[in-house]
Amino acid sequence: MRELTYTEAAREALGAEMERDPNIFVLGEGIGKRGGNFNTTTGFFERFGPRRLRDTPICERGFVGLCAGAAMTGTRPVVDFMFIDFILDSFGELANQIAKIQYMTSGRLKMPVVLRGCIGAGSGHATHHSGSYYSIFAHLPGFRVVVPTTPYDAKGLMTTSLRSDDPVLFLEHKSLLNTRGDVPEDDYTIPFGQARVCREGDDVTVVALGPMVSKTLAVCDELAAAGISVELIDPRSLAPLDSEAIFLSVSQTGRLLIIDEAFGPCGIGAEISAQIMERGFDQLDAPVRRLNGPHGPTPFSPPLESAAVPQPEQIAQAIRNLAAE
Amino acid sequence: MAFDNEVLLSLYRTMVVIRRCEEQLARSYQAGAITGACHTYIGQEAVATGVCAHLRVDDAVFSTHRGHGHALAKGVPSRELIAELFGRTTGCSDGRGGSMHLFAPDVGMMGTTGIVGPNILQATGAGYSFQLLETDRVSVAFFGDGGVGNGAFHEGLNLAAIWQLPTLFVCENNMYATEVPFSYAARNTDVASRAAGYGMPGIAVDGNDVLAVAEAAQAAISRARAGDGPTLIECRTYRTRGHAEGMQDGGYRTEEEVNDWKARDPIKAFAARLLERDAIEPQALEQIDREVAGQIEEAVEFATNSPWPDPDTVTDHIFSEGG
Repeated sequence: MRELTYTEAAREALGAEMERDPNIFVLGEGIGKRGGNFNTTTGFFERFGPRRLRDTPICERGFVGLCAGAAMTGTRPVVDFMFIDFILDSFGELANQIAKIQYMTSGRLKMPVVLRGCIGAGSGHATHHSGSYYSIFAHLPGFRVVVPTTPYDAKGLMTTSLRSDDPVLFLEHKSLLNTRGDVPEDDYTIPFGQARVCREGDDVTVVALGPMVSKTLAVCDELAAAGISVELIDPRSLAPLDSEAIFLSVSQTGRLLIIDEAFGPCGIGAEISAQIMERGFDQLDAPVRRLNGPHGPTPFSPPLESAAVPQPEQIAQAIRNLAAE
Repeated sequence: MAFDNEVLLSLYRTMVVIRRCEEQLARSYQAGAITGACHTYIGQEAVATGVCAHLRVDDAVFSTHRGHGHALAKGVPSRELIAELFGRTTGCSDGRGGSMHLFAPDVGMMGTTGIVGPNILQATGAGYSFQLLETDRVSVAFFGDGGVGNGAFHEGLNLAAIWQLPTLFVCENNMYATEVPFSYAARNTDVASRAAGYGMPGIAVDGNDVLAVAEAAQAAISRARAGDGPTLIECRTYRTRGHAEGMQDGGYRTEEEVNDWKARDPIKAFAARLLERDAIEPQALEQIDREVAGQIEEAVEFATNSPWPDPDTVTDHIFSEGG
């Protein structure tokens, strides 16, 4: 099968959907002629024109608030935040308006807004360009939150996001953008709330997010050689969360570790842990464990930045510890 | 601009509907039939009436926490407004919204909001849709002087100007944001003058003169429909009741000031003009007054007798499908 990078796969989905639906438009800083800081819209300005590829002034609150009104009146905005950290300037428009309007109108209005941006540390951009924030949005009723990790998932989930009538956060980890993988040429969708089992195993269930998936996968053989069989799950979508898939796996292994670069307190790992304990306390042979980055801003200098993200040796150690409990 | 008598009487009727409805809501609030916030529009009726007079049903209005008048002027029936504030399932938002979340998209009432500012941006977004869809529809944001100090005013007007969106920004300058005087909150209290900073036309009108408002709105709507971009209209007006029902109304403004503005009542002034200049018979106005009184009476009865929402629906419609 044909290989694409993660970015190419997401871009192919966006281009195909823009061809299919003339009401989709993209707003962002540098997404017009420049084609996006992360090449998210390369070539689109020539293809779709200036009204559908609209460079904005630097006013996230303004253009996100604008998207609410646009979605209420029949068009389908895509906001390209470049770095997702910038979304915080528009938080009120998201939490108080975009997330609530379908409910407050009893479904008479739809809210098809895709909010995309790059998350995560590891690229030396320091603390205003390295956050993840997905747990904040998964906490709020009204949002779909997806964190694809492969080119295949990036295309399928982008297509699903663009066809959804709900607001969707589509979060792309910077370290994944240039990774390559098999991507079908035809269009396809991946339902929200459907996890992927990346590796089957018997001893420990690991739920990993974003680049933690490949980092965990990289230590699984070594652990297997040491007699620890890991079942690795990529939730792909945090809201809705496929707790069923996680529960089924934990029912087999009796052990659960959640690995997430983002903050631990009130994070997605805490939620997964609570759901699994509420549902299957008796299935657990050990406490649910979490491995997160530290609860602090992301620093710049490479050794500091590296210390702000779970690394393979820590992942392997956390799995060994849990297997021994 | 010349309006025929039928249109003049319809403007009069709309203002009277708003006034009588608000008086009723204030009484119902005092009687305990309404909980939470209830911000009345009494004194400002000419603004909503004058602007909405030129709007089509498919034009979009985005309103504020003080939005009952906008909803009524845009075509929400008084019974659906009153039922909404009574929390009933027959209300325009099925009882989910109350005073600050009035939605009736079928008549272009795209919501009131409990947060100052976002509706300015949403109207800009509707303008974006209407331009992208190549229609001649227009959008309107109503906001108070309090909204002018909010970042949404700056960002919304700038975006609408650079993209020449078909949007009206209607500032109802009633001189107080809750109880903070605009003369304190802004060094430049000439809101219309700020339009120049965004490269769009700005006009200030007497917001208690329904025909002055209607004339300014007509020009702005025509420009917007023709693709000539947004306009800022400042309507200088006054709310003669407190910020919200149940709140004290003292300390931040004088009784004399309130009485001065009551003497400039937009409905009385318009009625006098109709009788004197347009040779309308007093009986015509009296008939409207009677009809409106009956309509409000019927609306209260309708609301009172309407069912409460089913508690089982509390989580319906959070998502478009599934959940």
